[in-house]
Amino acid sequence: MIHTQSNPKALLSQSLAPLEVRDLTVAYREKPVLWDVDLQVPVGQLCAIVGPNGAGKSTLIKAVLGLIPKASGQVKFFGQTLVEARSRIGYVPQRGSVDWDFPTSVLDVVVMGLYGKLGWFRRPGKLERDAALRCLEQVSMSEFAGRQISQLSGGQQQRVFLARALAQDSDLYFMDEPFAGVDAVTEDAILRVLHELKEHGKTVVVVHHDLETVRAYFDHLTLLNVQVIASGPMDETFTPENLKRTYGERMIMVS
Amino acid sequence: MFELVSQIFTDYTLRNVALGSAMLGVIGGVLGAFAMLRRQSLLGDVLAHAALPGICLAFILTGSKAPLILLLGGGLAGWLASLLVLAVLRNTRLPEDSALGVMLSSFFGFGIALLTFIQHGNNANQAGLDKFIFGQAATILASDVLNFIVLGGIALLVVGLLYKEFKLLSFDPGYAVSLGLPVRGLGTLLTSLTVLAVMVGLQTVGVVLMAAMLIAPAAAARQWTDRLGTMIWLSALFGAMAGVSGALISASRENLPTGPLVILSISAILLVSLFFAPLRGLVWDWARTRQNRRRIHLERLLLDAHVLHNHDVLTPQTLAERRRESVAMAQRHLEALRSLGWVQQSQKGLALTPAGDQKAHELEQAMRVLPRAKGEPPATFLGSNPS
Repeated sequence: MIHTQSNPKALLSQSLAPLEVRDLTVAYREKPVLWDVDLQVPVGQLCAIVGPNGAGKSTLIKAVLGLIPKASGQVKFFGQTLVEARSRIGYVPQRGSVDWDFPTSVLDVVVMGLYGKLGWFRRPGKLERDAALRCLEQVSMSEFAGRQISQLSGGQQQRVFLARALAQDSDLYFMDEPFAGVDAVTEDAILRVLHELKEHGKTVVVVHHDLETVRAYFDHLTLLNVQVIASGPMDETFTPENLKRTYGERMIMVS
Repeated sequence: MFELVSQIFTDYTLRNVALGSAMLGVIGGVLGAFAMLRRQSLLGDVLAHAALPGICLAFILTGSKAPLILLLGGGLAGWLASLLVLAVLRNTRLPEDSALGVMLSSFFGFGIALLTFIQHGNNANQAGLDKFIFGQAATILASDVLNFIVLGGIALLVVGLLYKEFKLLSFDPGYAVSLGLPVRGLGTLLTSLTVLAVMVGLQTVGVVLMAAMLIAPAAAARQWTDRLGTMIWLSALFGAMAGVSGALISASRENLPTGPLVILSISAILLVSLFFAPLRGLVWDWARTRQNRRRIHLERLLLDAHVLHNHDVLTPQTLAERRRESVAMAQRHLEALRSLGWVQQSQKGLALTPAGDQKAHELEQAMRVLPRAKGEPPATFLGSNPS
């Protein structure tokens, strides 16, 4: 666990951290899925959450965003509560979480990213469709705008979800396994978007499963296995000891 | 038939029945579309069946048979049942189908018990309550139609206002939460609107058949379009068509009940849609599969002919040997290739035409990117021998 020093400078940056989690515990029935998680994410960086299957990576994102109830704990975004900071937070769910045979088009799905800004009752118009098209362009999917979503490959589905989050134009993004099972073209597109977001000072928190790429793709690493095993800058955190403590003794190290 | 259609405008009873059934079709179609997409079609069945005890209780408590009072009783009971189902699902480990099944039968059983109790009591006013089981559209009056229009109008107005929110709720509720939408409240609202649809259907098709009016129009509409907006309009249209045609058919002869005929009409529309809708219809599916099989068969033939053409001679005999088939069959296959313009007669027997040759090359190129399968040249077998 990382303990922050209590000098005034650190305290200031702490209160404005894009994401600050304290004592977060989540339990399905008796079994805790997340136990006493403390986490602080630095501004403007690409942050990975890594850990074995069942470590609670997706659960952490969902609990932080209020998709599932917390047993205890506090979450602050830029020093604000979830409700206050909602418009500054974007979300890319796992693509397997929806029915891709739903009767809608690619562009329609991306426009959904603007529903929060539109507010109640107002229907999306040309302005929203144009904005959504620009987001599709960013993930190289503009030629698919009119397609029915069931005709997309897995990687294309992932890029549509990414474009939808881009449409939210947030300061902090949560992405749940965006690299899982995607083709090389999609992987490149996601990476490009991640770096564009970083250039614009956005913070991105990504649930990731691939230890081989995590070092190359991200600046900040959180190792999670029900508890936070280690969290900090990639170079300091990506160590054999930390990985062993996260994955157990029998893990085969990748060089 | 024309006479019947014109009677809709002149015959008082037929007009009310047709209007009432059409209204049911529209509102059932619209709300059924959302129910289907949220995989909650069976919840509609539960709250329809659950309306029966509500109707009976409303009668026992008020002693009145005014349709609106009975419908409100039924709606309230259905609404309670749907909330109960959701509570059971959230708080117990009962699987969804079990929760729905148990709730449906217990409410319906309670309703039948109450109905029998009322019928055997000495209340002379009780006759006719059992019409809510299977519906009795012939008793629909102009005042009932007005009730339907108000109930349905409320439901349609809310769907119109919250269309975008309901769409997101149905597609990706998790994302909707992340945008700050009150997903649980919206879900309850949508279910409550479905209760209004059930109330419109109680007199026409009754509690037992109501589920079909929620499921069938939406399922049929989904076959014809990939757009939610179009699907909802189509669903409403199919529902209305079934309502009107059910009313017309039952009026065309003595002793034909309206409710079941409305259900039969929508079932017929669904059947036609399942088979003949372009892209999603079964007939097109079969045709596409057949066409693909035939194309692949011909392409494999061409590749075999191509190999023989390059490394051997192309005759019916060599082709038969290579493909391990009879010479007569090989002859027929060569004829098929010739009719496609891929093979022609030359001085030293048969040969590939330039078009056939080019097609074969394209196919080979395309095959290269396929993953290698077992049973290819022996060399690969040896090479892939596990160490």
